[in-house]
Amino acid sequence: MKKILVIGATSAIANETAKLFAKDGAELFLVGRSGDKLQAIEADLKVRGAVRVASHKLDFTQLTGYEEMIEASINTLGGMDAVLIAHGTLPDQKACEESPEKMLEEYTVNCTSFLKLLTLLGNYFEKQGKGTIAVITSVAGDRGRQSNYVYGSAKGAVSLFLQGLRNRLAPKGVHVLTIKPGFVDTPMTGHLPKNPLFVSAQKIAKGIYSAMKSGKDVVYLPGFWKLIMGIIKAVPERIFKGLKL
Amino acid sequence: MKKYESWGRYPRVEHSRVERVLWRDGLPHLSNIAETVLPYGYGRSYGDSCLNEAAALIDMSQLNRFLAFDAERGVLKCEAGVRFDEILKVIVPHGWFLPVTPGTKFVSVGGAIANDVHGKNHHSAGTFGCHVRQFELVRSDGKSYICSPTENTDLFKATIGGLGLTGIVTWAEFSLKKIHNPFIEMENIKFSHVDDFFEISDEGFESVVSWIDCTATGKNLGRGHFTRGNHAGLHITKETPGEMMLPFPIDAPQFLLNNFTVKAFNSLYYHRQIPQKKSAVVHYNPFYYPLDMIDGWNKMYGKRGFLQYQYVIPFNGNEKAVTRDIVGRIAKAGTASFLAVLKKFGDIQSPGIMSFPRPGVTLALDFSFGGNKTLKLLKELDEIIMENNGAVYPAKDARMSPESFKKYFPQWEYFSQFIDPKFSSSFWRRVTA
Repeated sequence: MKKILVIGATSAIANETAKLFAKDGAELFLVGRSGDKLQAIEADLKVRGAVRVASHKLDFTQLTGYEEMIEASINTLGGMDAVLIAHGTLPDQKACEESPEKMLEEYTVNCTSFLKLLTLLGNYFEKQGKGTIAVITSVAGDRGRQSNYVYGSAKGAVSLFLQGLRNRLAPKGVHVLTIKPGFVDTPMTGHLPKNPLFVSAQKIAKGIYSAMKSGKDVVYLPGFWKLIMGIIKAVPERIFKGLKL
Repeated sequence: MKKYESWGRYPRVEHSRVERVLWRDGLPHLSNIAETVLPYGYGRSYGDSCLNEAAALIDMSQLNRFLAFDAERGVLKCEAGVRFDEILKVIVPHGWFLPVTPGTKFVSVGGAIANDVHGKNHHSAGTFGCHVRQFELVRSDGKSYICSPTENTDLFKATIGGLGLTGIVTWAEFSLKKIHNPFIEMENIKFSHVDDFFEISDEGFESVVSWIDCTATGKNLGRGHFTRGNHAGLHITKETPGEMMLPFPIDAPQFLLNNFTVKAFNSLYYHRQIPQKKSAVVHYNPFYYPLDMIDGWNKMYGKRGFLQYQYVIPFNGNEKAVTRDIVGRIAKAGTASFLAVLKKFGDIQSPGIMSFPRPGVTLALDFSFGGNKTLKLLKELDEIIMENNGAVYPAKDARMSPESFKKYFPQWEYFSQFIDPKFSSSFWRRVTA
């Protein structure tokens, strides 16, 4: 896994994951919004062992420029062995309830942008007949809950899309990985009160790195979330609808 | 949830807030914070020099990016939150090592500068500050200063050993030491009395350290092991062992570390080597960082925490007698632990105004915190150190008096003019009261 496209490279989890690939001497194409942050990360990854690093600015609150970005990545790295899609925001649920426009904006960043990327990348990898598509969704996508269902359903849609994509691409030799982290201590959750379930971005990155290399289909990170979400999913709807989770 | 403590876990204080820095352009606006601030790395200082009770801490641990690495000339530039262990992972495969390292690799670059750390090679390489080429210091006046031996020299000298009080170091550039491989060719020599320590030579060896038994008495007073070593020559090749860390997961109960168990451990440890002299080739990890193999070893002291005391007394003709006297008092008091490290400092001068190492004999000790008994013994030791024009190391201190601090560091007043008015620490307030 040498040539890797990292989308949302300035996010804590993607950044930590990129460090692990850098150590292996990978070639990385970083995509994010902030040129300054991308530059700082580029320099760091080079010192950590990345053989080549380049960056590209793109904002996923809108839906254009994706084809150009993917082409730039393929041209710069001379191919693509893997992509990690890690951009996103944590929407303000209440604000989204009050404003359909806000809700749709969040859906663009956290859902539609992913689906467009996956359509383009899916076709590329299918033609190539090999490679890894790794995407960060969330445990929140496993069940709609009153506290965060805008985020949850956006992530849930992506998880379902990935499931279909996996079914289409598995016979073609392409690995599709759905990454479902639980609570992670990153700038995205900086405003939330921390509880013992929070883990570091580094810990998640280790899980992503190993899942990408070992060909897993769906990983809950840390692993105990599989059990927790199993229980959550098993609660009958007539009971769940009355809960305040 | 992250706890902001020091390594000795004494004292334990509450902070008003902790600001976490993620990017160099994301430093907190100090004018928006009413309280004083203090940068915090990984809390490896033992006492209260990394704490700022009832005021603010600035957590620099996520400002941890590398900026540039010149693998030809051996120069590294990185953000202040980068840890020494991360640096080693990057530079060792390219044939470079840290020029100076303390006994743990889990310190930040910023912390290494703030405490002007030293290691087992002081007589051959000086302190960490001796190898710093430049750094960026951001102060509450909103300005950032590039500090080096030739630019903003006053701030350069004040910040090295300046305990984080002069401002925030955002990045630093320093020189590295060339090595051929990750191994150390070492010799371990047993000595039966602390007087013998002074007879064993360090000539021809870059790194030297001794462990002594502070519980033995009489003719066994201060018996120990003298370890001396050099980075291995080209002719050495060995399979590199993997990193293995055993966690010390819980606070050990009080009875685990008492005078009997420590005495027993020390006796076994002293006798672990049967021949008087033994040579070996080891990986740099067990040579430089034996305690790092146990993650969270400070919990061995239990919830009450522990005190570290490291002093230096100059070469004044008296050092052998004074060392014997001090070791004798500690053995008699029966409050010691097994971590007693004896070294000599050489005469390589650090640029840091408040730098601790000076030519002489230095002994570092751990004391399980036993309340007044422990404090009384340390006060006694302070009297001896003061009498001998020595000093005690702030990075390890939790209890030295203002009177002794001012004697150890008469330059403290000159240094204070460089302290940023918005910065303070529990340590500084205590020793300048």
